[in-house]
Amino acid sequence: MKKTSRFFLGILGLLLGIIWLFPFYMILTNSFKTPKGIFASVLSLPGNGQATTTNYNNSFKALDFISSLGHSLLITVVSVLILVLFSSMAAYALQRNKSKLSGALLMLFVSAMLIPFQTVMIPLTANFGQAHMLNMWGLMFMYLGFDASLSIFLYQGTMGSIPIAMDESAELEGANRFQIFFKIVFPMLTPITVTVGILNIIAIWNDYLLPSLVLPQNQYTIPLQMFFFFGQYTKQWHLALAGLTLSIIPVIIFYIFAQRYIIKGVTDGAVK
Amino acid sequence: MKNRSLSFWLFLTPTLVALALVVFIPAIMGVFYSFTNWDGLGYTEMLGFKNYITLFHNSGFIAALWFTIKFVIVTVILLNVIGLALALLVTQKFKGNNLLRTVFFMPNLIGGLILGFIWQFIFTQAFDALGKAFHMAWLTGWLTDAKTGFWGLVIVTVWQMSGYIMIIYIAYLQNIPSEVIEAAEMDGASPWQRFVHITFPMIAPAFTVCMFLTLSNGFKIYDQNLSLTNGGPYKSTEMLAMNIVNTAYSENNFALAEAKALIFFLIVAAISLLQVYYNRKREVDL
Repeated sequence: MKKTSRFFLGILGLLLGIIWLFPFYMILTNSFKTPKGIFASVLSLPGNGQATTTNYNNSFKALDFISSLGHSLLITVVSVLILVLFSSMAAYALQRNKSKLSGALLMLFVSAMLIPFQTVMIPLTANFGQAHMLNMWGLMFMYLGFDASLSIFLYQGTMGSIPIAMDESAELEGANRFQIFFKIVFPMLTPITVTVGILNIIAIWNDYLLPSLVLPQNQYTIPLQMFFFFGQYTKQWHLALAGLTLSIIPVIIFYIFAQRYIIKGVTDGAVK
Repeated sequence: MKNRSLSFWLFLTPTLVALALVVFIPAIMGVFYSFTNWDGLGYTEMLGFKNYITLFHNSGFIAALWFTIKFVIVTVILLNVIGLALALLVTQKFKGNNLLRTVFFMPNLIGGLILGFIWQFIFTQAFDALGKAFHMAWLTGWLTDAKTGFWGLVIVTVWQMSGYIMIIYIAYLQNIPSEVIEAAEMDGASPWQRFVHITFPMIAPAFTVCMFLTLSNGFKIYDQNLSLTNGGPYKSTEMLAMNIVNTAYSENNFALAEAKALIFFLIVAAISLLQVYYNRKREVDL
């Protein structure tokens, strides 16, 4: 390509990049201003005696940040581990058993993906309420029910590439089904496990509606705490912006470290 | 593994139990309750289709449906045009193209609730300041009426999801053999001709995937709606998902909400089945 057109593409890219980052720039700069500073000028950098870091101290406390971060981490990590374990096992059973029953069960899982959350949410929360399961453990179980379908579907698609001869030779050596699966098959599924893990981490970490119907206030995750916080501090943008910045820091850190896997996982999830 | 073997069922039991308790049993109960006067705890009479009649006449559902349809049409077009344009841009060779990819994709990782709050600040404070600084009246007063509420939701969604759509188009663009492009270049095809006659037909499958993704995501949007406008002013920006949630948990009209949720299911399922049909047809055509 010609040098000039490369130069103009670079300029165009730079402009679009700036537009894309503008919202982040705005909340970051304004989160370091006093309320007066925000009122005086939204667009300028913090300064003129209106710069402060106290917003962060205050919103850190108001958000109960350590505890809501802990709940978000615990719920996401345990739910994703459960999902990876049980959906890979289910996909293994369905793929290695070539019968009409397996086909029908796979169809059942896939058809569950057609049902939107709002259709089941009211009876679901009513039932779990009666069973005294409206808490984080009930929520983790619900994620297994909602997200197993896509995970099984993804696992099932790649399971076929693992030769059944591997199962058979292990069987001859006297291994049982669980040993065959966990020692031989599961390790070979690592690439798709990463994809399944990433997709579920993103969905569960950011989920708002389901946890808002299920979790008691002492188990609030970051999005729930953020919503509660916004209700309490309406129009107090200095605190809200610091809180918003805090709440996206874990996501940015995750993105920096796992970028390659995230992009691959998201692509696989959409295209397959 | 044999059907009757114990291990077959042991491997399947956890997910089957979860699926039944979390999805299928509540769904079946929901169908039943939508024909009753269920209040979340119990019911006293069968109403037949009364909830469904109410839903179509006097419940804000139809207004929410129209608002959602308009939103979906605009976002499907914008997301695909912008997503493809970004994909074409970052797959060119210039300095910083990989960094740009990272930037465009980033909003997609942040939850809709947080994004809505971020943009609430941008629309009400930053737009206002820009409008005053540059004397552009149309930048002031955002989110105070249905029109700016609508475009606000569109902007947030496009900003959030274009990077996702871009990633899918990139995956397909990278599958085009470079020899084909080079051969066309040798034959003297202009960049525009190369795009129309080679690139575009070869990424047609990506177009189907992205169309349906943006279509069904658009219908299901809730979080952004809640944190950006909360349906206001006066429910004028309330979308389908929010209308159902509010009917249930603000108005405590659980049976009516369930009836709405079933119509919602029919719409979303129809879109997904249409997608399966198109994919099958495409595979046959190839």
